[in-house]
Amino acid sequence: MNSKTLLLGAAAAFMLSPVAAMAERGSSGHLNIIYWQAPSTLNPYLSGGTKEVESASLVLESFARFDDTGTMVPWLAADIPTVENGGVSEDLTQITWTIADGITWSDGTPLTAADAVFTWEYCTHPEGGCAQASYFDGVDSVVAVDDMTVQINFNAPKPFPYTAFVGSESPIIQAAQFAECLGARAPECTDANFGPIGTGPFVVTDFRPNDVIEFEANQNFRYPDRPYFATVTFKGGGDAAAAARSVLETGEFDYAWNLQIDPTILAQMEAQGNGTVVTAFGTSVERLHLNQTNPDPALGDLRSTVEGGPHPFLTDPIIGQAMSMAIDRALLVEVGYGAGGQPTCNVLPAPELYASTANDDCLVQDIAGANALLDEAGYVDTDGDGIREANGMPLSVLYQTSTNAVRQDTQALVKQWWSEIGIDAELRNIDASVFFGGDPASPDTFQKFYADVEMYTNNFAGVDPEAYMANWRCSEIPGPDTQWQGSNIQRFCMEEYDALVDEMATTADLQERGRLAREMNDMIIQSYSIIPLIHRGGVSAHANSLEGIRMSDWDSELWNIMDWRRAE
Amino acid sequence: MLTYTIRRLLLAIPTLLFISFIIFLIVKLSPSDPTAGLPLTIPPEVREQIRESLGVNQPVFVQYFRWLQLMVWNEPLHLIEGWTGWNVAPESTTRIISYQTRSPVMDLIMQRMPQTLWVVGISYIVGIIIALPIGIISAYRQYSWFDQLGTFISMLGFSVPTFFTGVLFIVIFAVNLGWFPSVYDTTHVVTDWDSFIVQLKQIIMPVMVLGLFNASQISRFMRASMLDNLNQDYVRTARAKGLTEKVVVLVHVLRNSLIPVVTVIALNVPAVFGGAIITEQVFKVNGIGQLLIIAIQSGDVPTVQTVSFIFAVLIVLFNLIADVLYGVLDPRIRYD
Repeated sequence: MNSKTLLLGAAAAFMLSPVAAMAERGSSGHLNIIYWQAPSTLNPYLSGGTKEVESASLVLESFARFDDTGTMVPWLAADIPTVENGGVSEDLTQITWTIADGITWSDGTPLTAADAVFTWEYCTHPEGGCAQASYFDGVDSVVAVDDMTVQINFNAPKPFPYTAFVGSESPIIQAAQFAECLGARAPECTDANFGPIGTGPFVVTDFRPNDVIEFEANQNFRYPDRPYFATVTFKGGGDAAAAARSVLETGEFDYAWNLQIDPTILAQMEAQGNGTVVTAFGTSVERLHLNQTNPDPALGDLRSTVEGGPHPFLTDPIIGQAMSMAIDRALLVEVGYGAGGQPTCNVLPAPELYASTANDDCLVQDIAGANALLDEAGYVDTDGDGIREANGMPLSVLYQTSTNAVRQDTQALVKQWWSEIGIDAELRNIDASVFFGGDPASPDTFQKFYADVEMYTNNFAGVDPEAYMANWRCSEIPGPDTQWQGSNIQRFCMEEYDALVDEMATTADLQERGRLAREMNDMIIQSYSIIPLIHRGGVSAHANSLEGIRMSDWDSELWNIMDWRRAE
Repeated sequence: MLTYTIRRLLLAIPTLLFISFIIFLIVKLSPSDPTAGLPLTIPPEVREQIRESLGVNQPVFVQYFRWLQLMVWNEPLHLIEGWTGWNVAPESTTRIISYQTRSPVMDLIMQRMPQTLWVVGISYIVGIIIALPIGIISAYRQYSWFDQLGTFISMLGFSVPTFFTGVLFIVIFAVNLGWFPSVYDTTHVVTDWDSFIVQLKQIIMPVMVLGLFNASQISRFMRASMLDNLNQDYVRTARAKGLTEKVVVLVHVLRNSLIPVVTVIALNVPAVFGGAIITEQVFKVNGIGQLLIIAIQSGDVPTVQTVSFIFAVLIVLFNLIADVLYGVLDPRIRYD
């Protein structure tokens, strides 16, 4: 970090909080954090779970991170490389990071470019099973130009090169500590996996897998006055309601993560006045996928495949539009999500640059309009059973999702609204570990999609939607030939869409990328193969005595823990 | 007696092998995937690589025999090495590795055993201490108000699940009264009187929740067994001899009534090691039960398999102990 940025940072900290500028390292004492899912390891490359990534983010850091607005900020790097400042090559195949001055590991040795090179080797080792390997996709080589300069070469132009070593999911690990842990030997390094040496504000003093972690302030941390907390207890286990209770009601803990519980109960707990509920919105959207292929069991092996033919009626956008219009998203938020949700009409709701406004009509429920639309299109109830028919086939759908109280409430409400427009829904819920398990032998996975409609949440990590939007290419449709792997779950296929994906892969200009992403979003939404419902945010709670929290859904929630402090 | 014990021990080996295989098949054939809990942002190719590196894709029988070999050979060697310091385990001996933590499963079990023994063990002892007097008095004063009350409470303790009583206790004693912590601090070390009080405070709720449940069960056995004996001829003889009621009940009747109760208590001891899945989860005690449930949820086959197998060993073992104990307590029973 050069002196100018350091000064700016110090000045900013001073302006934000006069108290903080005067506080010193460790002056706030002890911090208690509870995550109701307990971390299993502190090596985020061995487990891609949020709990492991976020707990490790106290120790391990990367070149750049995303702040609470989704803006990239230099962290271990001196600045963000761009084409303008020469950090990214003109042909977009190379990015060069410069490590900021004076950064040491917690054991006192300096952080060098060799550590970054090693991290790349560690995660891309073919036998390692690295959970974050996708961050190194397209990376041809990582080269240490000198001790402070890391050059990443891509094997094709990469318009958004900020993947490797950016954000909490691809941090830099110490080469000296993990040197013997490459590939198949990774599990042998239990001590390193449970107590990685990092550059972050804290060091691990005790790690008990699936239970508790004890941290203390890193005495070699680059900011002499931070972190303000001297020690941290990171407890795991229990359930979301108990975690909320321990912060908001009993005050035993200072910070609780991921409190997806009944919003009325959470509001009652907050009303006790011990703590505050905070939310941050990233890119998670709870959505309905409308199967574009035919899931009829009579088709046998061809069920829900392109070869099995199109869906008898869900490929008509009119029906999808009516189903979307019938839903009162605001009520769904009120019932199931509270502060942790906002109605949305886009599958790509954020960052702002990429968020389309073309579909906002869906925010208002319009059952009469939906009925009129279906009547006009000729989908009428001919046999008087209250269900409309399309070419003699009743508009009756199987609507599946994972087992989860909020999702079952949503299902019940949506079923009711659809019945008001003459569409019948049969509800089904499947245990989350099976539904999301991806076992090609199971008929109940979300990829197989042996149903007409299914509901779940998806998102993308980081701030760039290119890879996410590429999910819906024709070639991504799951089927038996790919062991049912593929991300185009609703089996949407449109040549124009694929062309836009290809165009985005070669476009570097940010505004232009924004326009392309919005156009793709609108194309999917207007095909009504995806009906977005709720833009979901992370919900956490902190004690009122805790200051400095800037919750972010773009990075680890604990990304700025070095600035957290106890109010005077 | 010795031949009987040896015969039973030898018979236990095929039993345990069979049990371990059945457990393995159940765990393996159930639809679970170690990568299911990962965020959807992790693409399928990466998931496949993770599964590959964990060895999930190997043939089922290969996985089973590999586990068996590690369980009966490598792990005991490590255990011996850990206890004695002898260098018996080969340098690069592989061990049973958990999918979640990528660390040896045995270390996880060893780390969690003390908490389970403390919490569940104490609750078992507390349960016995409460249950025996209640059972004795209830039987001696059958249909009195004390008996009715005892029956009512044990029915309550027996039928109300611990996930309800646990949360109820937390709401009353931790949230409303603020007497005890709702989260068990597993890093707490008892060094002096004050820290002992802290430990007492945090252990009391889980112990009472489980103790209530155990006491209800044992007190019913005690009562029934006492009632059987109170009407026996030898009791009338004892009274006719002019012995005091105290001696009649506490020496003659109690001793004879304890035989079935001791068997029940002995047979339930493996459950102490097994921990209390729900109670440990409710109070966030990092015991064996919590280890098992988290492992099941995340498809961690080696951990589930190893923990269940250890339970199986303990159950077979304590069944044998109970049988042998029977012969010791009651000279009429001989196995030879």
